[in-house]
Amino acid sequence: MNIPPAPGMLAFSAATLTIDNAAETERIVAELRAQLRGMRKRGLVLGLSGGIDSSVSVALAVRAVGAKNVFCLFMPENDSDPESLRLGRLVADTFGIEAAVEDIGPTLQAMGCYERRDGFIRELVPAYGPGWASKIVIANSLSGDGYNISYLVVQDPEGRQTKLRMPPAVYLGIVAATNMKQRTRKQIEYYHADRLNFAVLGTPNRLEYDQGFFVKNGDGAADVKPIAHLYKSQVYALAAHLGIPEEICRRPPTTDTYTLEQTQEEFYFSLPYDRMDLCLYGLNHGLSAEEVGTATQLTAVEVERVWADIAAKRKATRYLHLGPQLVRPVDEIAH
Amino acid sequence: MIIEKAGDTDTGAIRAFLAANFFLDDADDLEAGASLLEHGIMDSTGVLEVVGFIEHTFGITVEDSEILPSNLDSIQAIAQFVTRKKNGQSTSER
Repeated sequence: MNIPPAPGMLAFSAATLTIDNAAETERIVAELRAQLRGMRKRGLVLGLSGGIDSSVSVALAVRAVGAKNVFCLFMPENDSDPESLRLGRLVADTFGIEAAVEDIGPTLQAMGCYERRDGFIRELVPAYGPGWASKIVIANSLSGDGYNISYLVVQDPEGRQTKLRMPPAVYLGIVAATNMKQRTRKQIEYYHADRLNFAVLGTPNRLEYDQGFFVKNGDGAADVKPIAHLYKSQVYALAAHLGIPEEICRRPPTTDTYTLEQTQEEFYFSLPYDRMDLCLYGLNHGLSAEEVGTATQLTAVEVERVWADIAAKRKATRYLHLGPQLVRPVDEIAH
Repeated sequence: MIIEKAGDTDTGAIRAFLAANFFLDDADDLEAGASLLEHGIMDSTGVLEVVGFIEHTFGITVEDSEILPSNLDSIQAIAQFVTRKKNGQSTSER
């Protein structure tokens, strides 16, 4: 719950998102315990990426069920930044939890993840192969009123980068192949969850959950999502309260999914998280574009563009949140 | 009554493409000027599909700078865009 400012005293700013960290922690811990009781599960499994969201989730899980009932997985693959594994281990050691490395690279290789992805890239860049790297970037919604078109960026072995528009089949093919990574990780998480009779904890923050920044049946699949209601800056505040190592709190959010380094703003969000938080909060609470603009150093027109982008992404990704849709309800099964 | 301001042949082909590609049951009722975004028909992937359709069907090349709602967000806008491209007129103004 946000701490309400004194009436008429404070303008909208980052401080508006301040939460009572101790009270929020207690609320989440209590809810997690109740959810596990309801599912008759004995603990929590989660993938640990060395990012802020999974690190905070680990700390909350440990508070909820104790370190011995939390099992963490490091799941690097061929394109992963080794830093993710090092930081993940740091978190596991900090909270004294059992953790295992499951290298999903060979599995992805066997399923053709990399070859399929590179095959689609070669439809645009025939020379693409060993020594090359790639990523997908999105047109920034702040720059105008265009569409959120994604582009392929390739880097040749000499370091030269080229940005290319993709035909739909190439774009969808690259994304589909890459999504194998998140789905394979979830497969491993549920293996361990089934083995231990634990539940799987998903780690999206509010921005990611709201904007559909996840792979359906991949990182979007989970039994509990304890920080999905928290703005990213609130997750950072909780991190400090929960004793997450400073090194992790300072690390810029990354997707760690493509062979070229890629920030979340390049891939999906139009602004850094702290300003996205303010725009989303302002939209959710009916604030004026001028008020949000003052807090984010944007013009009112730019805020309107970010809001339009938020609305478009909500619409485009709504299906990610849906379960299988039935022709008629089966009333005996409650959702 | 739907008023088709651009070439009727192009408009018909565009309407048929939208009906088939986006599973529109009521494509004939869609106003030529209706926003495809606001009607929830188009998203960023759909735009790429429309661009591919335009390039393939009408034999024109769509530049990145031309992928704008003003050119692509309605049947009428697409038809007029195609007409301007065929005539070699400017199409990247907002």
